[in-house]
Amino acid sequence: MADRETDDVTGTETTGHEWDGIRELDTPLPRWWLWVWYGSIAFAIVYWILMPAWPGVHGYTKGLLHHSDRADVASDLHALDVQRGAGASMMRKASLEQIEQDPKLQAYAQQVGQSVFGDNCATCHGVGGTGGKGYPNLRDDVWLWGGSLQDIQHTITVGVRSGHPGQRLSQMPAFGRDELLPPAAVSDLTEYVVKLSGRPADAAAAARAAPVFAEQCASCHGVDGRGMQSVGAPNLTDGEWLYGADRTAIRGQIHAGNGGVMPTWESRLSPETIKALAVYIHANAGGQ
Amino acid sequence: MPTLIDKTPPKSPPKSYASTAVSAAARAKAKGDAKGGLYKPREPIYPKLVHGRWRTVKWAVLIATLAVYYITPWIRWARPGDLPQQAVLVDFTGRRFYFFDIQLWPQEVYIFTGLMVMGALGLFLVSALFGRLWCGYTCPQTVWTDLYIVVERAFEGDRNARMRLDAQPLSFNKLWRKTGKHLTWLGIAFGTGGAWIFYFHDAPTLIRTFWIGQGAMTAYVSCALLTATTYIFAGWMREQVCTYMCPWPRIQSAMLDEHSLQVAYLRDRGEPRGAHKKGQSWEDRGDCIDCNQCVVVCPMGIDIRDGSQLECINCGLCVDACDDILGRLGRPTGLIAYDSVDAVAARANGQKAVYKLVRPRTVFYAFALAVVSALTLWALIGRPEAELHVIGDRNPVFVRMHDGAVRNGYTLKIANRTFADHRFEIVFSGIEGVRLSQPGRAAGASIGVVVPADQVVAVRVFVTAPPNDLRPASLPGRFVVRSGDIESSAKTVFLSGAANQ
Repeated sequence: MADRETDDVTGTETTGHEWDGIRELDTPLPRWWLWVWYGSIAFAIVYWILMPAWPGVHGYTKGLLHHSDRADVASDLHALDVQRGAGASMMRKASLEQIEQDPKLQAYAQQVGQSVFGDNCATCHGVGGTGGKGYPNLRDDVWLWGGSLQDIQHTITVGVRSGHPGQRLSQMPAFGRDELLPPAAVSDLTEYVVKLSGRPADAAAAARAAPVFAEQCASCHGVDGRGMQSVGAPNLTDGEWLYGADRTAIRGQIHAGNGGVMPTWESRLSPETIKALAVYIHANAGGQ
Repeated sequence: MPTLIDKTPPKSPPKSYASTAVSAAARAKAKGDAKGGLYKPREPIYPKLVHGRWRTVKWAVLIATLAVYYITPWIRWARPGDLPQQAVLVDFTGRRFYFFDIQLWPQEVYIFTGLMVMGALGLFLVSALFGRLWCGYTCPQTVWTDLYIVVERAFEGDRNARMRLDAQPLSFNKLWRKTGKHLTWLGIAFGTGGAWIFYFHDAPTLIRTFWIGQGAMTAYVSCALLTATTYIFAGWMREQVCTYMCPWPRIQSAMLDEHSLQVAYLRDRGEPRGAHKKGQSWEDRGDCIDCNQCVVVCPMGIDIRDGSQLECINCGLCVDACDDILGRLGRPTGLIAYDSVDAVAARANGQKAVYKLVRPRTVFYAFALAVVSALTLWALIGRPEAELHVIGDRNPVFVRMHDGAVRNGYTLKIANRTFADHRFEIVFSGIEGVRLSQPGRAAGASIGVVVPADQVVAVRVFVTAPPNDLRPASLPGRFVVRSGDIESSAKTVFLSGAANQ
């Protein structure tokens, strides 16, 4: 038994243990602290009994309350499905035109569409849907692949250059980079395209490029340069330029033939959601 | 307000505490408070029943105010459609306030502000003219305390009987009288809280659902709260609410002046006071026979002969008590009367008492009251039947079409305050040749939108302006919604995007 004695300096009892002449004062923990500790132990025991706690060989102790976070999430998701069920079934039955024309269905589509657009589309097309360089503006009335409800629904479903079997696919040749045309012809074509969009251009260069345009470009962009939505060829006569309106940008596009990728959403969004999204985009766009 | 300063010397000279430190409790004990403590315990007040002119007025006001309080929620009022059929209803769920033919929306809360200011100015004016009539006659604290004293009197008898009963040890007689009184008080308190909640729900529905546990939680909580406050304030605290809790006695002393009417003891006529034997001469003495009746009837427990006091609620019961005694003595009444400080002083000096109702203060209060009343009434009458608010899209602020046309998006909130559905025609003015459209609809010069009765509808509107390169970046515009005679408009701006080119 250790020899407990009172320390002269502090007046506190020592524990009686001594190491090389050093003795330890016996300063007990505060009583409240001990009670918190005992309380925690009691809580832990109650918790083991009520809640899942101990791992075993085949699973774990379930606890009297049978609590399961996985089951909670599953039931919450189920409740959400039930809650959305009515709206989703309406969206399934109605045609795109019906959804857009019926005020109630359109309001539903706008709500769903806005939220889905913000989550999935806004990254490239912007929160307001006005796009940017290389990302089409979805609020105006210019469409690469068609701006009807069905066209928009199809584009969202299959994507553009997405690898989906039914993908929207167009390939602008890289006339300059792949040396399909000499640099002088690319420059002349640039003047021709600038002239097409109604802007002042070098008339002589444009005239030189006219046969080249008819031979190389008209098959997709049309003889008059108005484009062709069935093959995703943009209209060259309007004021809309996906990669920029100035000569450098146009020349760069003829040289390198850029084309962006839009993913397919078929596997990620339900058909009802894609319908709602198509109506949302169409209703808030400038028409067609 | 001039106050009469009591110049009588204190009954015992102040003690010196220099010898030893004495606790506040010990000092309180020395002053006769047996329990000690920092505060003097409440001295019980046993107001005696009195009859007379002002008591009659008080009974009438009591009955009238309680009747208004209890009956109002039960008045039915025909309104079209599904609107509540209750004349006075604060409909929190529907976010409307109904008052007979007036229906207010939450954004019209300024009308209540106007009413509150009118109420305050009205109190100022009445106080400046006639003193604390509100406190003495119409304040709920006074009315319910009066009602509680009626109950107390019915169970325990009048002043002397009550004092005897309280001094007795507990007995069956005392027990049943006290129990009966408190149960009746609680019943009245419950009735008070119970009537309050009918102002917030359809009364005939709530009176059924309340008893079967189907009422709104707020109804139970409000009822419980008002039951508790009524029982405690009117049963237990009484004059202490006025003296210690209510700010109005403090504020009103700034409203009163020497011309305001207040209950006053005519010192010059009453003094010197003293007992009077029948047949004794009234020469060389005052009319006050020191019978103490003015004190025993006072619900505030004060002696009005000490001059005007903060506690006095101007209820006039001491006037009635004194007049009764004076009548029996065959002396002219009015020794205690509603009178002004100025008039009392004038009479004491042998001059003619003059009552000045028109004074700068009263003129100002009346003018301010008239202005605020007129403004509130004007705001109430001039409320538009339709209201339009416009929020311009923030992203994108504008969209340029392939031909250079520019489109702006707006959200319009159209409020239809009438009780009939209206088809509003929306037009945009300020820019030539604009076309309006809604999401997914063809464009036109205007848009028609149906707004159901008593509802707000939010409409998305796109405004497309024809191509014009010379347009400034920001153009003022105006939306107008119109349905027959009903019209509302709101200013907005149209952003052409010129600055972004």
